[in-house]
Amino acid sequence: MALSHLAASASRSSSLLKPLSSALSLRRSISGDNSPLTVETSVPFTSHQCEAPSRSVETNPKELLTFFRDMALMRRMEIAADSLYKAKLIRGFCHLYDGQEAVAVGMEAAITKKDCIITAYRDHCTFVSRGGTLLEVFAELMGRQAGCSKGKGGSMHFYKKDSNFYGGHGIVGAQVPLGCGLAFAQKYSKDETVTFALYGDGAANQGQLFEALNISALWDLPAILVCENNHYGMGTAEWRAAKSPAYYKRGDYVPGLKVDGMDALAVKQACKFAKEHALKNGPIILEMDTYRYHGHSMSDPGSTYRTRDEISGVRQERDPIERIRKLILSHDLATEKELKDVEKEVRKEVDDAIAQAKESPMPEPSELFTNVYAKGLGVESFGADRKEVAFLREAMHDYSFLQMEKSFYALSFIAQRSHSSVGTAHPVLIYPGLYWEDSFSTKKEEACA
Amino acid sequence: MLAIARQRMLGQSFKKILPAVSVLRSYSSAAKQITVREALNSALDEEMSADPKVFLMGEEVGEYQGAYKITKGLLEKYGPERVLDTPITEAGFTGIGVGAAYYGLKPVVEFMTFNFSMQAIDHIINSAAKSNYMSAGQISVPIVFRGPNGAAAGVGAQHSQCYAAWYASCPGLKVLSPYNSEDARGLLKAAIRDPDPVVFLENELLYGESFPVSDEVLDSSFCLPIGKAKIEREGKDVTITAFSKMVGYALKAAEMLEKDGIYAEVINLRSIRPLDRSTINTSVRKTNRLITVEEGFPQHGVGAEICASVVEESFSYLDAPVERIAGADVPMPYAANLERMAVPQVEDIVRAAKRACYRSVPLAATA
Repeated sequence: MALSHLAASASRSSSLLKPLSSALSLRRSISGDNSPLTVETSVPFTSHQCEAPSRSVETNPKELLTFFRDMALMRRMEIAADSLYKAKLIRGFCHLYDGQEAVAVGMEAAITKKDCIITAYRDHCTFVSRGGTLLEVFAELMGRQAGCSKGKGGSMHFYKKDSNFYGGHGIVGAQVPLGCGLAFAQKYSKDETVTFALYGDGAANQGQLFEALNISALWDLPAILVCENNHYGMGTAEWRAAKSPAYYKRGDYVPGLKVDGMDALAVKQACKFAKEHALKNGPIILEMDTYRYHGHSMSDPGSTYRTRDEISGVRQERDPIERIRKLILSHDLATEKELKDVEKEVRKEVDDAIAQAKESPMPEPSELFTNVYAKGLGVESFGADRKEVAFLREAMHDYSFLQMEKSFYALSFIAQRSHSSVGTAHPVLIYPGLYWEDSFSTKKEEACA
Repeated sequence: MLAIARQRMLGQSFKKILPAVSVLRSYSSAAKQITVREALNSALDEEMSADPKVFLMGEEVGEYQGAYKITKGLLEKYGPERVLDTPITEAGFTGIGVGAAYYGLKPVVEFMTFNFSMQAIDHIINSAAKSNYMSAGQISVPIVFRGPNGAAAGVGAQHSQCYAAWYASCPGLKVLSPYNSEDARGLLKAAIRDPDPVVFLENELLYGESFPVSDEVLDSSFCLPIGKAKIEREGKDVTITAFSKMVGYALKAAEMLEKDGIYAEVINLRSIRPLDRSTINTSVRKTNRLITVEEGFPQHGVGAEICASVVEESFSYLDAPVERIAGADVPMPYAANLERMAVPQVEDIVRAAKRACYRSVPLAATA
């Protein structure tokens, strides 16, 4: 009783503060309250070897508005990344998540930052839901210093260890055994937390997945394997790749749950259920029935193996943001205009972040040789031309080499006792082993600390 | 006669009562002798005792006491939560080990032989070696991959390959290969304490060999530096580099060469990545001749890298072309005579050293 009074007064005071807050900040102008609300999921859960959780999901206006805002932000971010890629500011691989946002936000709502998440290369939105900033995302995509991996990882290698987000993996399926390893470590450390290892329908046929699942079941690891089934493994439809596309059943002796991945509340309910299950009974598989609007990556138009009607059909019938919008409007939690304002705010946030990211410089040339090891062994790192001693720092400021197919510039680092003499062609070679230091500090370290 | 028989009986009964005593040679008053197996076992034991985050994982490491008995007694001492028997699923359990290292634990993953590591090589290279770099230092991977490497005796082509060159070419990994018990203890301890992924290449045929060790080596804080080679035998005429079992062969070759007036300097590499180029080059600048010895395939091998390094840094000091002694460029055959031809023998090293010396040393040296 007291709690609802508090909630009511909170909403009253927040409405009083509304004009002030909107004047002071560009952040949301509607915040909602915590009064409980029960919503039914779109479809009931289908289960394998376990009891399905209830279709009725506990939520509240604040959560729904947060879902809306976060998914709108992710959607806008991915579309902006599309434009940046076409403008050649993002290079290489870029795998976009738009359409699948509900999985990221729903999962996050059910867990804490002490639980671990590991995913494959479609990781931009998962990174954001774990607390990554837009600046870190865009700067990393453009290969700048402000990126979450300082520009050295790229689209497929986002990490945020302080909120237990372990990447960001390019090799299909590799993240699943790694995720089971995280779960192992959580159990070993008695942390009472779980790991969500996400993979796609394409990776679901990987042998190492079953190896890891076997070990997880044998050792009762708190691992939750989440198959984000967007029905296409690159250009191959699931029925062409898997003899049994019922991915939630593929664990055989491991229980599974099939979830509508376009319904953020269903995702939240399933993840909450899975966490409780995994802590008591070991691994469980969640199959999220979801869909990606873009192709597999930016080099795939996404329409050669599926019809445009199919894509627009899903967008009309099942779009995750539209579902939450309808829910908010039908429960009178906000007006249409307020939601449109949120979308405008989010768009501006994204644009600001991109502008800021463009200002961020490219990594210093010396960064080529840092972080190869956690404990550097000596200064011997060779560049393309091992004998070129002069550090061509001046040349590096001209980034037109990026347009060249092959960069022939010479760069090599032979240590000198005083790192101040950069740019001299002094041919003195200092060998590792005389003292230990990482690439660019002169701090001596013990041989085996 | 009777006295001798009585003495032998006493000696045997002592061995039954105090098995540990048999480790000590009864007539050696100087250093203690331990086998490489004991060295590795004691290193694992001490590191597990010192750091609760260290755990072992692999096939048969627990109840079977280790396929080669390296992990003997550790399950009893530390329990099944820290010594884990895995199913025969290298890709799966290696990935799990790397994931545990991401979280901050310190796994020691055993491959029954490194031939099986090929099933898991994606996790060693892409998930372990490259992570610290790709995450710009956020995710370090303090894991050790250990196991026997290279040829054993009569195990055939699929069980005899040496992986030193493959792993050592990858930035982000550290690759170590011990020869004697001191190396085994010091390098394994260093590997476990190291915050980076380390590939630790042992040798099955060396497990049972005993070597003398000083008290310092037996101390639980003993540790050898990674990246530093050891000059096992000083010399002035030719440098011979080797690692693992070939160090023993190189030392025997050096003894034979001494009889012919050629004094070879034998370098035990210990660390394949990073290679101790400093020690190698300093030695070559002194002797002016180099033989590289390895058991693995010759093309793109460790010897090729050493040769290139010496040519780049000490070319004008070379009085003879660099000689490479390596395994034959064929899959390992089974028949004993062919197998013998497929791996380097002491005679091969001696012959190569003499070739290197006779290029510019007059034949009178042998007179």
